[in-house]
Amino acid sequence: MNPVLALSTARRILTQLRHDRRTVAMLLLMPSILMVLLRYVFNSEAAFDRFGPALLGIFPFVMMFLVTSITTLRERTTATLERLMALPMGKLDLLAGYAVAFGALALVQVSIVTAVSLTWLGLDLAGSVWMLFLIAVLDAVLGMALGLFVSAFARTEFQAIQFMPVVVMPQLLLCGLFVPRDEMAVLLTWLSNVLPLSYAVDAITAVTGTATVQAGLLRDIGVVAGFVLLALALGAATLRRRTP
Amino acid sequence: MMNYSVAVDRLHVERGGREVVRGVSFGVEPGTVTGLLGPSGCGKSTLMRSVVGVQIIRAGRVTVLGHDAGTRAVRGRVGYATQDPAIYPDLTVAEALRYFADIVRAPASDVSRVIGEVGLRDHADALIGRLSGGQHSRANLAVALLGDPEVLVLDEPTVGLDPVLRDELWELFTRLAAAGTTLLVSSHVMDEAARCHRLLLMRDGALLASDTPQRLRERTGESDLERAFLRLIQEVTT
Repeated sequence: MNPVLALSTARRILTQLRHDRRTVAMLLLMPSILMVLLRYVFNSEAAFDRFGPALLGIFPFVMMFLVTSITTLRERTTATLERLMALPMGKLDLLAGYAVAFGALALVQVSIVTAVSLTWLGLDLAGSVWMLFLIAVLDAVLGMALGLFVSAFARTEFQAIQFMPVVVMPQLLLCGLFVPRDEMAVLLTWLSNVLPLSYAVDAITAVTGTATVQAGLLRDIGVVAGFVLLALALGAATLRRRTP
Repeated sequence: MMNYSVAVDRLHVERGGREVVRGVSFGVEPGTVTGLLGPSGCGKSTLMRSVVGVQIIRAGRVTVLGHDAGTRAVRGRVGYATQDPAIYPDLTVAEALRYFADIVRAPASDVSRVIGEVGLRDHADALIGRLSGGQHSRANLAVALLGDPEVLVLDEPTVGLDPVLRDELWELFTRLAAAGTTLLVSSHVMDEAARCHRLLLMRDGALLASDTPQRLRERTGESDLERAFLRLIQEVTT
């Protein structure tokens, strides 16, 4: 593990994004716009308070999944990955670079959408705003790691996009956003128990709902962090120095 | 074999169920330019990938600077440029080179040095994706030159370049070799072959010849290397 290489990689990725202002604008503004839309679709503060917090965790997850799966797929198909693997670049350095770059981007994204939600939209935050940031960034890194992993199974960007309904949609349906997890059929509850987004949404709901940090919250954060490490390990396994 | 910078011993590589490198052995002496020649699809690129250590090989051994190809000990000491540019199109030339310079721990001044060496000084701040084909491939070549690697593996570095630039690049290669760098350069242009110290003629995954340009001319009785190559193919197939 070499922090210099990880930071160089993060800087490189952020520089690439800087040349793509449209993507940055959409990444940073779309969650807030959707949140405003949601607030007025419900047109009721109570309903918004129920759905809003979960979305603060879901947006960074979905967006970072998409952005990373495309970015790493490009890295694979343009052979820059092969070039990096032929150089003194560690797989962990590369992954850490991605995590730092997209984690930082997620932090900005979450800050904007949280600020908009708390001020303009009147969302109530009972817990710590730092805890909220921590969970949201963790969600972003989770989306990033999963995106990196699935990019190994796509040959084209078209295919990579198709992984969104495969990986993201079922988690979205089962995470407790639409129906509380314990009210679903047993089989579905079990299924939701093994999906990372369920814990991310539980954690973020707990932070916005209660002021005290409870054991359940710490456990949820721990579970999400565990999934992040697992997804990063799976992602690292798809980076090969030698290919056929 | 101890004195070779690159030593390939009975190398076999399979790609997509087909044997594309069939028992190739050769050695590259330090401080020389070795030309790898042969028609497209003959296995040149696969052989170069094996030397860099990114190719899964079926049998044989590739040693670079006394270590197995692609191992940690040699990764930073070998510069590699693929035929298709492997460089970020959404960065400027200088930005991309700065990133790769960080990776090989080259001094910051190396970025402007290699930009000058490949003749891209006027395009240092241009986005790579907007460069012409020839400029793009020179940016790709510049990455390989960062950090003064001891071994350079260059896959068709001059393809699509105008004759003046090609000449300049070959002067650079000769100069680097004189300073001690070992170069393995693939090409299918025969007038470039004449500028190599040694030639490897490859066809259908096997080496037809490994000799100096002068000796190849003498052996075949042809003064033109293109004709000498043809003569060798005829000798093998008849």
